[in-house]
Amino acid sequence: MVWNRKIAYIDLTSSKFKIKTISKSLRNQFLGGRGINMYHLYHQIAPGIDPLGPENVLLIGTGLLTGIPALGAGRCDIAAKSPLTGAVGDSNIGGFFAPELRFAGFDHLMITGKAAKPSYIWINNGEVEIRDASHLWGKDTFETQDQIRSDHNDEQIKSLVIGEAGENLVRYANVRTGMKNAAGRTGMGCVMGSKNLKAVAARGTMDLEFPYPDQLLDYCSEMNNMITGSRWARAQSKWGTLIIYSNTNTTGLIRTRNFQLNLLEDGENLEPEVMDEYTIGMSGCYGCSVHCRHRYVLKEGPYAPIFGEGPEYTSLGAFGTMVDCRKMDTVLVANHLVNKYGIDTLEIGGIIAWIMELYEKELLTEKMIDGFDLSWGNEEAVYELIKKISKREGYLGNLLADGFLPAIAKIGKESEYYAMQIKGMSNLHSDERPTPSLALGIATSTRGADHLRSRPAIDLYGLPEELLEEIYGAPVSSNYTSYKGKSRMVWWQELLYAITDSIGICKFQTVFCAVNAPKFEEFSKLINLTSGMKLSKPQIMEIGERVLTVERMFNNREGFSRKDDKLPERFFKEPTKLGFPIVKGKTIDRDKFNTLIEEYYSLHGWDNNGIPRDETLRELGIENKQPLKT
Amino acid sequence: MKKFLFVNPEKCSGCRICETVCSLQHEKVCNPAHARIQVIKWESSGVYIPMVCQQCEDPICETVCPMGAVYRDENTGAMLINYDLCVGCKLCVTHCPFGGIILGIDGQIKKCDLCDGDPLCVKNCEPKALQFIEATTMNFLKRKAAAQKFSELMQKLLSAT
Repeated sequence: MVWNRKIAYIDLTSSKFKIKTISKSLRNQFLGGRGINMYHLYHQIAPGIDPLGPENVLLIGTGLLTGIPALGAGRCDIAAKSPLTGAVGDSNIGGFFAPELRFAGFDHLMITGKAAKPSYIWINNGEVEIRDASHLWGKDTFETQDQIRSDHNDEQIKSLVIGEAGENLVRYANVRTGMKNAAGRTGMGCVMGSKNLKAVAARGTMDLEFPYPDQLLDYCSEMNNMITGSRWARAQSKWGTLIIYSNTNTTGLIRTRNFQLNLLEDGENLEPEVMDEYTIGMSGCYGCSVHCRHRYVLKEGPYAPIFGEGPEYTSLGAFGTMVDCRKMDTVLVANHLVNKYGIDTLEIGGIIAWIMELYEKELLTEKMIDGFDLSWGNEEAVYELIKKISKREGYLGNLLADGFLPAIAKIGKESEYYAMQIKGMSNLHSDERPTPSLALGIATSTRGADHLRSRPAIDLYGLPEELLEEIYGAPVSSNYTSYKGKSRMVWWQELLYAITDSIGICKFQTVFCAVNAPKFEEFSKLINLTSGMKLSKPQIMEIGERVLTVERMFNNREGFSRKDDKLPERFFKEPTKLGFPIVKGKTIDRDKFNTLIEEYYSLHGWDNNGIPRDETLRELGIENKQPLKT
Repeated sequence: MKKFLFVNPEKCSGCRICETVCSLQHEKVCNPAHARIQVIKWESSGVYIPMVCQQCEDPICETVCPMGAVYRDENTGAMLINYDLCVGCKLCVTHCPFGGIILGIDGQIKKCDLCDGDPLCVKNCEPKALQFIEATTMNFLKRKAAAQKFSELMQKLLSAT
C-alpha cells in the first residue's frame, strides 16, 4: 500500500537513522514527491543556513503514483536549499530509481549532516545502511552505478549518483541515474557532494498494493491511450524533445549566440531528422508509453565511439544554438560529457554562452580568459570548459563553477546585463520576449529561471478561445503575444505541475504540450484508485496551491520577494531581430508585465510584494514560520 | 487461427510497462518481481530484450515435469501449470532455456498464461515490441521488414541509373 511506505531520517554525521511511517494528514495535504519535500524544506531548514553546510537537508521523494504502469510514473523529486540560488532547490528525475526505492519499502528520505568520509546509502527491502564509498569517489556517473551493482552482485540495483562535478562542489552539479536521467537543476548534486554522499542505491521486491487493482489496471491503459493518442506524444515518440526545434527555429523563439538573435540561420544540421543517422532506437522511463529519448551511437570523430541517450532540446540549445555550434556531433559529444561528469546541461550551456558573449564584447581580462579561444562556434572550447568546470581546474573553470552571481561579482557589474539568469539560475535557450505568458513563468518560478515550473506551452498553439476558457476557467487570449489572461494560464499550469511532481508522473504526459492529456480530473481518479483518497478537482488544485505557497514562504524567509521576480533587462530593451512577423521586433512591455505579475500574485492569494497573505495561509493550513519583524 | 506471442527486441523502449501490468493482472499488486515477463537490459549499450515463455511446440518444461503438472491450454496455446499436481521441484525452472518459468518470491512456480488469450503486456506495449498475432501475419511482417531493406537498395540503384 501507499500507506505502508516509510520515510527514513538518515543522519550522515552520526551514521544513525530512524524509520517512520508517513502520516495520513501529511499525505492529504501534500500527496508525496515534491509536495512532501517542500513541506520538509520549509519546516526542517533554518533560515539563512549555508547550503553546503551539514545543516542543509537533502530530501528524496517518490510520487504518490510511483510504480503504476502509466504516464511515466517513475519520477523522483530531490530537494534541498539550493547552493546555486539560495532559494528553493528542487529537481525532478525520471528513469527507474523511484519505483525501485518504493519497492524497497520507502517513499521519502531525509538526509542530514555530513559523512566523515565518502559514503553511500544502501536501501534494500526495508533496510537502510550507510556504506563506505571511498572506492567510488572520483568515478564518473556511469562507472559509479556499475561499480555499486558489481559490489552487491546485483544488476537490478538502481542508484542516484553524483559525478566529479558534485564531488568538486560545482554549484550546479546534478544527480544522475541510468544513462541520461538527471535531476539537473538547482545543484542537488552539489549538496550531495557537500555531504560526502556519492550515491543512494536501492533494490526492492516488496509488493505495492492498491485498493482497486483491477480498475487501476484498466485506467492505466486508458491513460496511456489518451496520451499516445495526442499528436505531440506521437511526434515525441519519434523525434524526442528535439521536435521543438523545428517549431522554435522557424518562428524565432530560440536564443542564439547567448541572446543576440532569436533564430539560428543555417541551423539545418540541428533539425531532429539529423538524429536518424545516429539513432538505434528510442528509450522510455519506467511506465512510459511515449519513450521520448534517442538511444544514439556516435561512431566517428575524436571522441567516438560514444553510446548515449538523448539529447534533449535543452542540450541542443546549450551546445548548439546558444554557443553557435551548428553540428549535431557537437551536441552529442557535449551531452555525453555533462552526463559523465554529472553537471546541469542547461546551466553550463547558459554560462558558456554568456562567457562567449563577454569575450566578444571584450569584457574579460587575460587572466579570466585563461588561454581559451572563446569564439562563437568553437566546440573544442565547449568540451574543454565542461571538463574544467566539472573538475574546477584553472581560473576560468573555477570562476564559472560557482554559477552566475559569484561570477558576475568577479567579472564586473557590466557583465550582468548579458547574463540570462533569474535568481542566479540560467534560463533555457528559449526566447520569451514575444510570449508574455512564458516570460511571466520564468520570472516568478520559485527555483529561478525555469520552464518546468509553470510553462503554458499550449499558449503557442493559437487554440480556440472557447477551449482555452474551458481549460483555464476564465477568458484567455489565443494570441501568444497578448498579455490577456496569461497570468491565469501560468497560475493554472503552476498548480498542475506542482501536482504532477507530487504524484510522480512525467510532465510530458499532462497538459504541457498536449491539450488532450491527463489533468486534474484524471489525477483525481488515479489518486483514488492508487491510495483510496477521495480528492475532488478543487481539492487537488488547493494542494497545488499549498505546495506553491510553502515554496514561496521558504523563499520569502531567505529574502526573496517581488524584487527578485524579474526578467533580465534585455527582455525590455532589445527587440527580437528575426522570425515570423508576429514574433519580430518584440520586447516585453514593462507596465503590462508588472500588471501580469500582480494578477498572478492575486490568483495565488499573495500580496503585491509576492508575500502570501495571512488569510491564504489560514485557508491552506500553513503555519507562519517567518521570523517576527523587529 | 492460433496466435503467438511474438517479441521484437528492436522495438522495445525498455519502459517495463509489460512487467508491471503482468504483476497487476496476476497478483493484483505492482511488483516486477512477480512478472512473468522481464526486460533484460544492457543499459550502457542500449540493448533491451523482453524475455518471456515462448510457449514451445515441444516444451521442455512439460517433458521434465515429474508430476505431469505442465499442460497446454488448447484454446490459447499457452502452457499452463496444474497447481494441484505441481510439487514445486523447480525442474522446469532449471531446464527452460529462456527463463520462461520463474520461481516467484512466494516460492510458487509461475509462468505466462497468455492472459487467457488476450495478453495484457501486448495490449499495453506502445512500441509494439510485443505482438500477439497469427503465424501467417508474423511471417509476412518479418518478410516485409527484410524486403523493405531490399526495396530501398533497389530504388537507390534505379535512381542511380
